[in-house]
Amino acid sequence: MPELGKYAAEVLAAYGATFLLLAGLVWATWARSIRVRRALEQALEQRDNG
Amino acid sequence: MSIWKYANPLKFMGWTGPIVVPMAVLATVCILTGIIWGFFFTPDDYRMGSSVKIIYIHVPSAMMAINAWAMMLVASLIWLVRRHHVSALAAKAAAPIGVVMTLIALITGAIWGQPMWGTWWAWDPRLTSFLILLLFYIGYMAMWQAIENPDTAADLTSVLCLVGSVFAILSRYAVNFWNQGLHQGASLSLDAEENVADVFWFPLVLTIVGFVLLFIALVLIRTRTEIRARRLFSLNARERMNDA
Amino acid sequence: MIGLLMRDLRLAVRAGGGFGLGLAFFLIVTVLVPFGVGPDTGLLARIAPGILWIGALLACLLSLDRIFQLDFEDGSLDLLATAPVPLEGVVAIKALAHWLTTGLPLTLAAPVLGVLLNLPGPGFIWLLVSLAIGTPALSIIGAFGAALTVGLKRGGLLMSLLVLPLYVPSLIFGTEAARRGAEGLAGGAPLMFAAGITLGSLAILPFAAAAALRINLR
Repeated sequence: MPELGKYAAEVLAAYGATFLLLAGLVWATWARSIRVRRALEQALEQRDNG
Repeated sequence: MSIWKYANPLKFMGWTGPIVVPMAVLATVCILTGIIWGFFFTPDDYRMGSSVKIIYIHVPSAMMAINAWAMMLVASLIWLVRRHHVSALAAKAAAPIGVVMTLIALITGAIWGQPMWGTWWAWDPRLTSFLILLLFYIGYMAMWQAIENPDTAADLTSVLCLVGSVFAILSRYAVNFWNQGLHQGASLSLDAEENVADVFWFPLVLTIVGFVLLFIALVLIRTRTEIRARRLFSLNARERMNDA
Repeated sequence: MIGLLMRDLRLAVRAGGGFGLGLAFFLIVTVLVPFGVGPDTGLLARIAPGILWIGALLACLLSLDRIFQLDFEDGSLDLLATAPVPLEGVVAIKALAHWLTTGLPLTLAAPVLGVLLNLPGPGFIWLLVSLAIGTPALSIIGAFGAALTVGLKRGGLLMSLLVLPLYVPSLIFGTEAARRGAEGLAGGAPLMFAAGITLGSLAILPFAAAAALRINLR
């Protein structure tokens, strides 16, 4: 860990906030991608079988 | 043969499928390397101390916040002129990423501004124009949300994006006029005088490349999702028609 | 075209057209501000140009959805779209009618309300001129926002969200001109910018608004 001096709290907070936001974005993208893909596969299956 | 053939939805799914994962991996590698390099192996700035390390996320996210809007503008124009559905969906896919980038830039900026300027927020031209950019993004996304017919939504949001771009640029210069800023000039201009020092420069470029790649990867994934969602929508619509 | 203008003006002034509503809203906003920030006349004099501009802007926003909504609902917008008059011209005329029924009265009422806010003497003429120059932009930008949201059930809120960011440049230059005037400085430069934005909006936005209307009427 590098010596962050008196700005440690600020630097870590900035990195933490960024990480959280990016993680949220990636998660949302991922989750919706999987959900839509599943739903589409299901719909296609239904069409082919039904 | 032209590049437009890659805009066919099926073709698009075909050529983007294999590159999404490598792109995401490359983005992660670039960001992680840049941040680790910047975080652990660069000296503190003589004026700003260790707080300078925030630059490795602040500058790339701010750049992407603007570039995402620029990409949306280009995609909207392509949609209006050539009616490629993928283009409209890509614009839709980019907006939430732009919002997150704008938020990151604003939040890291506020955290950085607190020790440097003694305030979280100042009505400085750059800060203010980012806030206005955020409002434009929100309006754009709300418009997509509000309209049910996908083609109408694509058309109207494209028109909004065009007009919004003009007014966003106007606002940028209007706020310049309205208040003098605290914010420093460009960190990465070609003018060497203004530039940040080399030690900070290399990891910064690396994280910028990483953010660009991340943006591309996310846009591809989201666009693919939108294409699938559209397909699902039309399948369901057909089914309802058959039932009726 | 003139017939359309007269028709819109008559509809706005008639009972239920909400002609006086904008003005009343403007009055109420201006009266509420001193309750919010305290009766200190020095402070009020300083913020008066900004308050009056924001009040005018919000009052303007209030009546925007009427520009196209009623015509859209009863089908006369379809008739206008197929009429020999270009749709761009229809948009411009409707924006003009909107300005004559809201922007102009607001501009004329602003100096009276300026007295309530203790606006300094030289500020009155600047306020009047800056509003006269700036409010046409508010009407035409609003017409664009109204055209975008005309097909929506509850478009009013969305329209505010879309239109308000577009008002930023006009607001900045308009209040800046009025503020400088009130402080006895030369406000010519921001006034020019405000005029430029108004003229630019008048030149471009009828086309954008007409495009949006065509999409919504499809």
